[in-house]
Amino acid sequence: MTDQKGNSVPASSEPAERATSGSGRLQNVLHVENVTMQFGGVVAVNDLTLDIGQGEIVALIGPNGAGKTTAFNVITGVYQPTNGRIQFLGDTIIENHPKGKMKKNYLGDPAVIYPGSMVKTPDRITKLGIARTFQNIRLFKAMSVFENVLIATHMRSKADVFSATFGLNRNEELENRELAMELIGMVGLKDEADSPATSLPYGRQRRLEIARALATRPKLLLLDEPAAGMNPQETEDLADFIIRIKNDFNLTVFVIEHHMDLVMSISDRIYVLNFGKLIAQGTPEEIQKDQVVIDAYLGTGKTN
Amino acid sequence: MRILKNMIFSSDAKDLGGNVPGGAFSSAGSSAGAGTGAAGTGTSAAGAGTGAGNKPAGGYVPGSDGHAYRKKKDPHTRRNSLLTIIAAAFVICLMAFYQKNAYDHSYAISIIERSAVYVVAAAAMNLVTGFTGLFSLGAAGFMAIGAYTTAVLTIPTEVRANVYYMNGIAPWLENLHMPVAAAMILGGLISAGFAALIGIPVLRLKSDYLAIATLGFSEIIRTILAAPMMDTVTNGSYGLNNIPGFTNIFQPLIIAAICVAAIMLLLHSSYGRAFKAVRDDEVAAEAMGINLFRTKELSFVISSFFMGIAGGMLACFMRSIDTRTFQITMTYNVLLIVVLGGIGSITGSIIGAFLINGGQEWLRFLDEPLTVGGVTIPLFRPGFRMVIYSILLMVVVLFWRRGIMGDKEFSWNHLLGMFHRKKKTEGGAES
Repeated sequence: MTDQKGNSVPASSEPAERATSGSGRLQNVLHVENVTMQFGGVVAVNDLTLDIGQGEIVALIGPNGAGKTTAFNVITGVYQPTNGRIQFLGDTIIENHPKGKMKKNYLGDPAVIYPGSMVKTPDRITKLGIARTFQNIRLFKAMSVFENVLIATHMRSKADVFSATFGLNRNEELENRELAMELIGMVGLKDEADSPATSLPYGRQRRLEIARALATRPKLLLLDEPAAGMNPQETEDLADFIIRIKNDFNLTVFVIEHHMDLVMSISDRIYVLNFGKLIAQGTPEEIQKDQVVIDAYLGTGKTN
Repeated sequence: MRILKNMIFSSDAKDLGGNVPGGAFSSAGSSAGAGTGAAGTGTSAAGAGTGAGNKPAGGYVPGSDGHAYRKKKDPHTRRNSLLTIIAAAFVICLMAFYQKNAYDHSYAISIIERSAVYVVAAAAMNLVTGFTGLFSLGAAGFMAIGAYTTAVLTIPTEVRANVYYMNGIAPWLENLHMPVAAAMILGGLISAGFAALIGIPVLRLKSDYLAIATLGFSEIIRTILAAPMMDTVTNGSYGLNNIPGFTNIFQPLIIAAICVAAIMLLLHSSYGRAFKAVRDDEVAAEAMGINLFRTKELSFVISSFFMGIAGGMLACFMRSIDTRTFQITMTYNVLLIVVLGGIGSITGSIIGAFLINGGQEWLRFLDEPLTVGGVTIPLFRPGFRMVIYSILLMVVVLFWRRGIMGDKEFSWNHLLGMFHRKKKTEGGAES
C-alpha cells in the first residue's frame, strides 16, 4: 500500500498475527512500530521497532544519549512521536506522522509514514496500565512516603469530589490506604511510612517510586535506571525484587539500565540502542557476544 | 487486603516485606534470580489456600476497627481535643459577650466580621495557590461576582427604587428577591461558572503568565460591572447600598467555619492529595494517572466558588458596595494574608486574616499624638501607623520566610512543644 506521496503505508496487521509474532510468545503486551522522535534537527529515536510479550523482562540498553529515556517518554505519552505507532495489548494507543514543518524537515528513516494521528496524555496511558519510574527521581517532595503511594490510587478511585470531600467513600478510601500501606511494607519502607519522602536515602527513594508505580495497578512496568546510585548489594537485591514483583503482580517489565550485571541476570531479552537506532536485539548471551554492541560501547578502535 | 489479593498471586510477598524492616529489597535474600520466582509461585498455592482470610503478618498497622490503616497513634489525642474544646468554648463565650454588649464593642465586632470574610477568601486563594500551585490573582474578580449577586438579590424590594434612583432598575430584577444564604450560594455558583469558563484557556498557562491572565480577568469583571450598559442591574458607579447586613457576629463566623471546614475536608480527600501532587511535580502526577487539566480546573472552580461566597459575605458586611471595592488592592490584601499565614496552610490563612485585619487597628494608637514626660514625640501623627505596619510586615516576611505557619497546619503538639523547648532552654528541670 502507498499513500499519495508514494510512501509505503503499513498494512493493518491482524492482532492474531502479532500475537504469535516474535518468538511465539503468549501475548504481545507492548508493540512499538517504526517510532521516530525528532526534536528540531536531532533525531533522538530513529525508527525503533520492538515487541514485549506478556510476563517478560525486557531491557533497553545503550550508551549515554542513545535515546533510551526518550523512547520511554514516547511510550508513556510525555512526548508525541514524530512518526510511528505504539500498541498496547493489541490496541493502538499512540500513532503519529510528520506534520507541518516537520514534514519537510523529517530526518528519520522513511520506512513507513503512518496515516493516523492519535495522542494520549500520560495520565490516560497510565490508566490503560502502563506505569513508570523516572531516571531522576520524581517523588512528591512535600508528602510523606505513605501519601506518595496513596496518590497513585486516586486514579482508579470512583468517588466524585463531593463524596470524597464529605467522606462518603469511606470504604474505598480505606481500601486505598490499605493497598498503599501493603505496598510500602512490600518494599520494606513500613517504618518510614510517615516520614517525608525526600528524607529517605537515594536507594530507598527508588524503591518508593516502584511502590508508587505499582499502586496504579499496572500491567506493564517501565523502570528507568532503577539501579542508578545503588551499591552492588542493593543492586543484587533489586534484581530479586524486580523478578518477584513481576511474578507476584503478573507484570511485564521493561527496564532501562546501565548495570550490566543486573541487565544480564534478569532480562529475558535485550534491545540495544545507539544514536537512536536499534543496533541489536536478543537474549543476554547473544548480546554479550554481539560485535556491534561491543563496538558501540567500547569504540571500534579503527581510525578513519 | 482484598485489593492486593486481586493484584497479587502469592500472599508471601507481604510477610517478606514486613519481616525485613529497613533491610534492602525485601525479597528472601538467600534465593537468587529465577529461584525466587519459582519459590514465589510455589508458595502461592499454599498462600491462597490458607491465608485467604488471615491478616498478613506485616505490611501495615491494623487500626482499632480491625482492617483499616491508621496513622501512628498520637499519645496526646485526648489532651488535644480537650484543649480544642476549651479554646472553642472560650471563643464562643467571648463572641457571645461581644454580641451581648454589641453597642460598646461594635468596633471589635466589625474587625472580627471583616476577618471572617477574609478568612474565607484567603482559604480559597490558598487552595489554588498554596495547594495546587497555581498562582492566580483573580480573587477580586470572583469576589465581585459573588458580592454583586448577593447584593442585587437581597436588597429589600421596597427600597430598590431608592437604591436605583439614578438609572432605574431592570424590570426583571424589580421583584426578584432571595434569602441571603441562597443568594450567597448562587453568587458562589456563578463565580464558579465563570472560573470554569476562563479556566479552559487560562489554566494552560504557567506561573507568572497565569497570574497576569487572571489579574486581567479580574479587571475585566470589574469594568463590566461598572459599565453603563449594566447600570440597571449593578447601578454602575453609584454602587449598591441597603444590603441587609449580618444581624449578629455569629453569622459570618459560622459561614466562615463551614467554608473552611469544607476546604479542609477537600484537602484531606484523595482530590486534595491530587492537588498537592500537581503542585509538587506535574510530570510525576501525570504519570500517576492524574489528569493535569481536570485537576487544576477543579481546584480553580472550587476556589472560585468560595471566593464568591466571600464576596457575598463582604457585601453583607459592608452593606454598600461599588466596583472600586474590588480593585486589585483587594486581591493583594488576600494574597498578603495567604503569604503571611503560610502558603499551603489553611490555619495559617485564618491566623493571617485576623492578624492583618486586627493589626491595622491595634496600631491605631500610633496615629494619636503621644506625650511622654511633657515632650510630644513628633513621629506620632496620622499616617505613622501605616509606616510601622508595613515595617512589621517586612520583618515578619524576613524572619518567617515561609509565613507564620509555613506549610504546616496548626497543632497543639507543636504549640506546646514550643513552650517546652523554651522552658528547657531557660534551665528548668521540668520536662
